[in-house]
Amino acid sequence: MADLSAVRADSLVKDFGDFRAVDGIDLHVRQGEIFGVLGPNGAGKTTTLRMLATLLPIGGGHAEIFGVDVRREPHRIRQLVGVTGQYASVDEDLTARENLWLFARLQGLTGTRAKSIAGDLLERFGLQEAADRPLAQFSGGMRRRLDLASSLITRPPLIFLDEPTTGLDPRTRGQMWDTIRELVTDGSTILLTTQYLDEADQLADRVAVIDRGRKVAEDTPDALKTQVGDSTLQLNLAAGSDTALAADVVRRLLGEDPVLTPESGRMNVPLPDPNRAADVLIGLREAGLGISSVSVAKPTLDEVFLALTGHGTDDESQMEAAR
Amino acid sequence: MTTTSAGAPTTPTTPAPRRIDPSAVVAGTTSRNSFQETWVQTMAMAWRALKKMRRKPEQFFDVLIQPLLFTAMFAFIFGGAISGSVPEYLPVLIPGILAQTALTVCMATGVQLREDMDKGVFDRFKSLPIARIAPLAGPMIADLVRYGIASVLTLVTGLAIGYRPGGGVLGCIGGVALTVFAGWSLAWIFTWLGTMARSAQSVQGISMMIMFPLTFLSNAFVPAETLPGWLEAFVKVNPVSHVVSAVRDLFNDGAVTAEVGWAVIGCAVVIAVFAPLAVRSYSRKM
Repeated sequence: MADLSAVRADSLVKDFGDFRAVDGIDLHVRQGEIFGVLGPNGAGKTTTLRMLATLLPIGGGHAEIFGVDVRREPHRIRQLVGVTGQYASVDEDLTARENLWLFARLQGLTGTRAKSIAGDLLERFGLQEAADRPLAQFSGGMRRRLDLASSLITRPPLIFLDEPTTGLDPRTRGQMWDTIRELVTDGSTILLTTQYLDEADQLADRVAVIDRGRKVAEDTPDALKTQVGDSTLQLNLAAGSDTALAADVVRRLLGEDPVLTPESGRMNVPLPDPNRAADVLIGLREAGLGISSVSVAKPTLDEVFLALTGHGTDDESQMEAAR
Repeated sequence: MTTTSAGAPTTPTTPAPRRIDPSAVVAGTTSRNSFQETWVQTMAMAWRALKKMRRKPEQFFDVLIQPLLFTAMFAFIFGGAISGSVPEYLPVLIPGILAQTALTVCMATGVQLREDMDKGVFDRFKSLPIARIAPLAGPMIADLVRYGIASVLTLVTGLAIGYRPGGGVLGCIGGVALTVFAGWSLAWIFTWLGTMARSAQSVQGISMMIMFPLTFLSNAFVPAETLPGWLEAFVKVNPVSHVVSAVRDLFNDGAVTAEVGWAVIGCAVVIAVFAPLAVRSYSRKM
């Protein structure tokens, strides 16, 4: 096939009443990659995904999945895409095994085949012990795993994961990441949304950053991070220190501008290399500037955002949009 | 989670999964469900509804209590006033109670569908390549069990307090079958409401408003001739009246009369109108 794109979406638009949730987003996902859509709550990530999955009518623009028109042929799209939602979309009143069996039957597998696939998936996702227990007893992590397993019954070539690890504890999150990586080795393409730069960094080959319904950047996680520095030196200057002088010191040493909060004497310094932290500290002491506290942190989504958009993720106008 | 070693020593029956080839998958897609696929999907959804019924027996409250309570209560309260005595009222009452019970079950169909649609699993149903009618028709097929239980129970209660249907066994079977069919047809109205309304409560409210006039402004409990003219006119066009008359003919005389034909035609019209409306409104909801 000449065209190796899994998803090709051009200027997608979605309005909810007066509120424009998605405002002209282009996405181009190549076959076999993990593509991350990164953004804060209400940025339009889930809405975009739901339009591509035929769960919401497309408001404007054009979308194709493996060359199939999403708007015109929703039934075909549903055969190509496995969707794992933000809130586990499994049946609470059935057991894990019954859930998988039902979804398999609905997709045309014979009774015996549905049974064996359900067994395989339960084993693969470590759910065989809980397979026949009511879902009410399942932990959040187990539900997510079952949800993901449900999306894999027919081995769809494209898998949508909407915030797959939001609300999971760190250990379960790590397990989920391993599972997601395995899917790609089977030949699937993955489009995932996340609020965590860390997660995009761990999983995604390329990342689109979404803010207020618009795409503000698209790059590899590494390239995105270098825009804000691999890590950040967070300093609180001693009371009454000359923040402008401190900024000069940093600029001279690293050639980059620190982010200043003069009122609190706070200064965030992007570090191209964590080892340069010592240079900055020595430089400040030589300039006679006192420090009340210091720490080195990895860049957060907030900082990426600040660097890309000039405003933080907790901006007032970032309303919790309708999903 | 079993991760890295999962595929290693386990079952030899499952061959190593081949890599997914998107172009092959695209080539294998179909643009719509065949009739047979739709049927399998509907039956799978019916299976789901039956499982839920078994796990939540409180759902059967209405189909168990109403036939027992209403049959006995109405018979002894109204029997003397309307027909002179209880045994004389029973041939009038039992078909009426049957219709009323079937309508109550219909109402529950709509309310439960609405509740169900608010759950996360409906997102998955929508994201799967299944016929849009399957999630609606599946639970309705499962509900045939409820109509069946309610009808038989009403009839048995009637027999216990002295009802002796003149139509015999065949007449009774015919009457019950017609009630089940009528209930199932009318349920499409409530299913449609379920897909339209904002919440399960509003479905409940609207359904009540439809159900009460339909049952009480019919010949279910009193002969239509005793009513004022304008009311009699409504009662005579009310489809529930036709069903009740048809069931009476079957139960009491074992006769397949014109009323039976009208009832069946009426039900078929209801399905033809409301089933497409329900499916359309459900598909739009996405």
